[in-house]
Amino acid sequence: MGNRVIVGMGSCGIAAGAKAVYDQLEKADLGAELCMTSCVGMCYAEPIVEVENEAGRIMYGYVDSKFAEVLIQSVKSGSELPAENRIKEDEEGKKYLDRQVKIALKNCGVIDPESIDEYIAEGGYEGIKKCISSMKPEEVIEAVKESGLRGRGGAGFTTGVKWSFLAGAKNNPKYLVCNADEGDPGAFMDRAVLEGDPHAVIEGMLTAAYATGASFGYVYCRAEYPLAIKRLEKAIVDAKAKNLLGDNILGSDFSFNLKVKEGAGAFVCGEETALMASIEGRRGMPALRPPFPAEAGINAKPTNINNVETYANVPFIMREGPAAFNKYRYEKSIGTKVFALAGKIKRVGLVEVPMGLTLREVIEEIGGGSSTGRPLKAVQMGGPAGGCIPESLFDTPIDYDAINATGAIMGSGGMVVMDDQTCMVDVARYFLNFTQKESCGKCTFCRIGTKRMLEILTRITEGKGVESDISLLEELAGHVSKTSLCGLGQLAPNPVLTTLKYFRDEYEAHIKDKKCPAGVCKPLITFKINPDKCVGCTACAKACPTKCISGERKEVHVIDQEKCVKCGICRDTCKFDAIDID
Amino acid sequence: MSCADCGNIAKEAREIVAEVGSEPEKVIPLLQEIQNRHGYLSQELVEAVAEEIKLPVSRLYGVATFYSQFRFEPIGKNLIKVCKGTACHVAGAEKVYSIISEKLGIEEGETTDDQLFTLESVACLGCCSLAPVVMINDSIYGKLNPAKMGKILKEYADGK
Ligand SMILES: Cc1cc2nc3c(=O)[nH]c(=O)nc-3n(C[C@H](O)[C@H](O)[C@H](O)COP(=O)(O)O)c2cc1C
Ligand code: SF4
Ligand code: SF4
Ligand code: FES
Repeated sequence: MGNRVIVGMGSCGIAAGAKAVYDQLEKADLGAELCMTSCVGMCYAEPIVEVENEAGRIMYGYVDSKFAEVLIQSVKSGSELPAENRIKEDEEGKKYLDRQVKIALKNCGVIDPESIDEYIAEGGYEGIKKCISSMKPEEVIEAVKESGLRGRGGAGFTTGVKWSFLAGAKNNPKYLVCNADEGDPGAFMDRAVLEGDPHAVIEGMLTAAYATGASFGYVYCRAEYPLAIKRLEKAIVDAKAKNLLGDNILGSDFSFNLKVKEGAGAFVCGEETALMASIEGRRGMPALRPPFPAEAGINAKPTNINNVETYANVPFIMREGPAAFNKYRYEKSIGTKVFALAGKIKRVGLVEVPMGLTLREVIEEIGGGSSTGRPLKAVQMGGPAGGCIPESLFDTPIDYDAINATGAIMGSGGMVVMDDQTCMVDVARYFLNFTQKESCGKCTFCRIGTKRMLEILTRITEGKGVESDISLLEELAGHVSKTSLCGLGQLAPNPVLTTLKYFRDEYEAHIKDKKCPAGVCKPLITFKINPDKCVGCTACAKACPTKCISGERKEVHVIDQEKCVKCGICRDTCKFDAIDID
Repeated sequence: MSCADCGNIAKEAREIVAEVGSEPEKVIPLLQEIQNRHGYLSQELVEAVAEEIKLPVSRLYGVATFYSQFRFEPIGKNLIKVCKGTACHVAGAEKVYSIISEKLGIEEGETTDDQLFTLESVACLGCCSLAPVVMINDSIYGKLNPAKMGKILKEYADGK
């Protein structure tokens, strides 16, 4: 085999400059095959290029055009490959990778996601072949039950049990849906799986179809993920060409067809009944259950819905057997979970860890802790339905029950890390603003209650809060969650309740002292130039969008408070740390 | 509007329906196709498509107004989507938004008078590792700060 040069082309990699690097390599007449893969999860080091020769694969990170040139020269000349930027071998890379166990992400960043042959070479479609050739549908369901796999979309329902409901349904045809709506802002696990290993999702759905008797499937993917949609569509065409999808799969009497449906921007469509309404071409309003989807779903026919990551785990389970999966376990949580690390964390990216690791191990050891050098304050898990877990509880293990006990939820896997410059009242207001906008409007408390809660939170962040606001928030939170039909409304108060539980002092500082301790809420802060530190470099005055900073060169500058819009640009610009927030 | 326009609109509606399909479950893809072609949902075309697939116009508008993807006004030459997802929010999306809004003199949902820019926000582009993130047309820009954002805007204003 000749040498290969492989560029990481997930949409995050491309945004970080991988496309430019790819073009540069393409023009360079490398004398090696130029290939691509998707996101390997080490987003902090993107753009990433791998060089493969007889000795193996070496992964390089931080590849700018200069370093790409160095790589080009050494590949071309066959000389020693550079020793720097080897991100898998350096200290950081080891810490990042050593504790990870990759099942759902096994192929991500390894194979070319647009090549079905590379997927097959890694054992792809072996699981479904085994099912078709030697297992009865009931046996497949038993195997999935035995594996202990639970839904990765948020609620954590046991997957094998869910499949048995559909298998038991009498009506035909039966539908399967893959929920790729990934609505939680700050989460990108499903995008990475779809972009990086679309065939694993297809094989997972095929397995479910075989087990349940479903003949038609949809992948409902959010429109913000054009690359995921493109790769998935190509994967479907390629699988059909190999008779792995479509009629009489691999010569058997099992048939399954699959289509991609593009979402249209509504968070609530991640909810099962709303999602099905959307697939039918209607407004995505949740409906009362029962009937459950397994009885009457799409077109009133039996339907099963699973998340992307849930399906992506299935090929491994079928190929390697349930025991290979359930050997990773902590209490009632089994297998691995993918998390998207973002926010004020050093190594941002995508990680897959066995259940039972603690949040601290994920955030501090794998993620490298704070990116700002400032102390970490909390991690937000579960998006708008979840909550903020304070640093003091970072020793909580990754386990559905243990995380629920904190007031947050495991959720789909978003972890947004916050430092002491993040205002927790602002975070609560941010999420309420989100849920309030995304409420479908069907339930009164979800529609109006969240709006009232948002108004109260806004008032507090503006310094207009009164002492009774906290109890009012708590009271409203109870009503909203009790009287809402779907998870959106039921869980909407979570971000408020968890921040109230763990960061009540911040609320009180806003209300009583009219101060924002984190220095975020604009009406409560002023920007001031510290005369002892200002050297008069004029950088801030040039950067200020409202031109409200005055001062001669080499003299102390002053801010005109009347005109200051508190954008904070001056503070980010000043190299002498001379601008304080008061 | 002249009758030639009506004829053209009816023809385009037929084209769209032939391409996408006419079943009620195709309402969202049909609207998406109209918007792909024109950048927004023009009333004439939505009406013509409704007629073509024999559904009340209200059904199409009912759907269109539910989903945030759909717009009812034409957009400028460049569509800017500022991510306001959690990771971007924490990383300072508001500052990036302010600088754009300030420089272009428009708020979310508006288009500049010279029709060069339309400003929108989205809830997450899935590139949280590069927060704060902005998408302009099909390109994603990450690790932004107000200064960097200003430069990028200028490139587009200069006719990138
Ligand atoms: C408002 C709301 C939004 C949701 N968004 C998503 C989503 O984006 N992706 C997802 O997989 N599940 C989402 N869910 C959960 C799904 O309704 C459902 O539980 C899940 O897709 C089931 O798959 P699983 O059993 O494999 O987890 C959402 C639920 C609610 C109430
Ligand atoms: S809880 Fe909210 S989003 Fe859910 S059905 Fe009721 S109004 Fe709609
Ligand atoms: S905060 Fe913004 S507006 Fe105020 S002085 Fe600094 S740069 Fe100018
Ligand atoms: S929060 Fe901005 S890209 Fe995810």
